[in-house]
Amino acid sequence: MRELSLHILDIARNSIEAGATALQITVAEQPATDTLELTVRDNGRGMDEDTARRATDAFFTTRETRKVGLGLPLLRATCERCGGTLEVRSRPGEGTEVHGTMRLTHVDRPPLGDMGKVVQALALEADRTSLRYRHQTPARRFELDTHELRKELGGVPVTDPRVLCWLAEFVKNGIVSTGSKA
Amino acid sequence: MKTREELRAIRERAKAALAVRDSEGGPRVVVAMGTCGIAAGAREIMSALLDELSSRGLSDVSVTQTGCRGLCDREPMVEVVVPGQPGVSYCRLTPQAMRRIVADHLVNGQVVNEYAIGAGTEA
Repeated sequence: MRELSLHILDIARNSIEAGATALQITVAEQPATDTLELTVRDNGRGMDEDTARRATDAFFTTRETRKVGLGLPLLRATCERCGGTLEVRSRPGEGTEVHGTMRLTHVDRPPLGDMGKVVQALALEADRTSLRYRHQTPARRFELDTHELRKELGGVPVTDPRVLCWLAEFVKNGIVSTGSKA
Repeated sequence: MKTREELRAIRERAKAALAVRDSEGGPRVVVAMGTCGIAAGAREIMSALLDELSSRGLSDVSVTQTGCRGLCDREPMVEVVVPGQPGVSYCRLTPQAMRRIVADHLVNGQVVNEYAIGAGTEA
């Protein structure tokens, strides 16, 4: 994955597949501690302790069609290569939280990339899975909640292509407005 | 700069169109968004698709997403399903190819053979 936002999209797709009705994504830039933190939290079906522990192993998957599952292992490799870690916390029936850290200024750290298009793709599922995206820098916080957006749209679906095109740009600009260096 | 005011304008235009359109039974585009698809560029395919649908005012086309379809080396892939016709899977797409598929297949009913891998729907 060339961008961190693509990793986020991939992990968030797992949440949707796990039947989550609420998905929360947070990206936090902390220059004081040279840390970039990303969190994907859902209220999907969750995993037992053993499954959660093995989820970052490329040769473990719960699927029966193939023997590999690469999403979490790829993100773990990226985090570890960039001086950070990846943790997966989960409880059956309650949900899953994937929490990754990296050194903000690490030379190997991929750029965050186009988070607007990621929110756009995830918002396509807004009827079943509401999304809250938060972007935090020391200076400012930007937040987008598809639940709020839905209310503002009053009957027009979030999934209308015109709304989704607006959303991609709105989020992109919102992140720029936080003074993001990611 | 995209603003809340622009969103309100979109809302008013969309509301006017809601009354006349019938999205049930319309064409469908399924974008593969597994790890392999995403790594190969599915996000850009999705955004090109939505942009094309938006600028052509094709809001009766439903867009959905699916996971890995087992043909990882042919990603990015989409499936186009027009009611009454066999579904067509397109592979190794570029954003430009996606835009062409909207124009040729969805608007004019012509399958874009260059990117098609076969007829028959899986979804």
